[in-house]
Amino acid sequence: MQDFDYVSAKTLKEAVSLLKRHGDQACVLSGGTDLLVQLREGRRKARLVVDIKGIPQLNHLSYAKTKGLTLGAAVPCCQIYEDKAIAKAYPGLIDAVSLVGGIQIQGRATVGGNLCNASPAADTIPALIALGAVCTVAGAKGTRKVRVEDFCVAPGRTALKKGELLVSIHLPPPKPRSGAYFLRFIPRNEMDIAVVNAGASVVLDARKQTFVSARIALGAVAPTPLFVPQAGEALVGKSISDGAISEAAEIAKAAARPISDMRGGAEQRRHLCGVLARRALQGAIQRAKGGN
Amino acid sequence: MSKKVHVQTRINGEEVEFLCEPRQSLLEVLRDELGLTGSKEGCNNGNCGACNVLLNGRLVNACLVLGVEVQGREVTTIEGIASPEGLHPLQQKFLEHAALQCGVCTPGFIVSSKALLDKNPHPTEGQVRHWLAGNLCRCTGYDKIVRAVLDAATVTKKKR
Repeated sequence: MQDFDYVSAKTLKEAVSLLKRHGDQACVLSGGTDLLVQLREGRRKARLVVDIKGIPQLNHLSYAKTKGLTLGAAVPCCQIYEDKAIAKAYPGLIDAVSLVGGIQIQGRATVGGNLCNASPAADTIPALIALGAVCTVAGAKGTRKVRVEDFCVAPGRTALKKGELLVSIHLPPPKPRSGAYFLRFIPRNEMDIAVVNAGASVVLDARKQTFVSARIALGAVAPTPLFVPQAGEALVGKSISDGAISEAAEIAKAAARPISDMRGGAEQRRHLCGVLARRALQGAIQRAKGGN
Repeated sequence: MSKKVHVQTRINGEEVEFLCEPRQSLLEVLRDELGLTGSKEGCNNGNCGACNVLLNGRLVNACLVLGVEVQGREVTTIEGIASPEGLHPLQQKFLEHAALQCGVCTPGFIVSSKALLDKNPHPTEGQVRHWLAGNLCRCTGYDKIVRAVLDAATVTKKKR
């Protein structure tokens, strides 16, 4: 592997000042499951690796019914799905964090890292978008918020500016009669990168028959994970029906801009967008009605 | 070249100190600096599981951990699975079921399976297959491995 120095930062301030001073010569290390592979293969260069796992704010994981979920950027996937209260409140997030890599990847890989790696096929990002997550970013001048759908700007590139660091991700508390669901298509059952993935969330009215709101996001079909607001908006005020669901799924499909690569063809991906958006919505509706 | 870093850790229950370059993976440190060559290098990118070890009881790919990251932590490798009294039931059952041919993937499979049985002593076949999805074997076709793990689960159950 290429030569670099290593610092385990103990405070947010220390990490931010190191990142500011070293600019693009520095890389942030969290779980390392993407970074170490990229450094080894020379896809990324670093003079300095800043380990952020020793910073308290980045290890913070808390959930309260009124406050929602705060997920520190260095919290590994396994810690999220092993927390029973979180697993119960956010099954749509659990769908995603429990299928990132295999068990040994989930022990290290973080949702924060998945976001910062900014892969178009990242599994946790469509789930976070569906759930309306917001990122807290720290820089030399303090912190700012970035909506998760605005965080990735190009393959491997994020909205983080020089010297900025992702601190945490916040998910609002689940609304009554709401549900979220995430799924992906891969040729095997686990340990693979999505051909297409999709996340959806819905809020239903008091009789659980009409959509109050909905959010749909797709992955691996555009340069960044793709939020399709118009697909969710098309459902607002409509009764739950196969027709309404299919219509929203078609809108999501039309927004996709997939490419052909070793994992799938553009046409196949476009087709999958419709299928997965529909299934994600159906799963979310099921959960909103009280099923699993 | 970056300065070597002094690291203190526990490996297989023993206090260990070593010097390593920041760029060395835990796998390189185990094999090249400490002579613990049981953990194997397969893909070196987190896909094959041949280097799997436990870090503070958690299953990880040693190729995706830096040596410097284990400061103050606890590592268990394949060398720490058997006890002075003899083989671990998993090792015994891998032998009985001929769950290995070339053997390169075996240390990783045993460490992964131990992590599974520590967490879930009564796994179903589906759970075993799912858990071991991150370990690749090019010889056995997996079936004998799965049977060995399920059989070992009956032994470890009795022991507890």
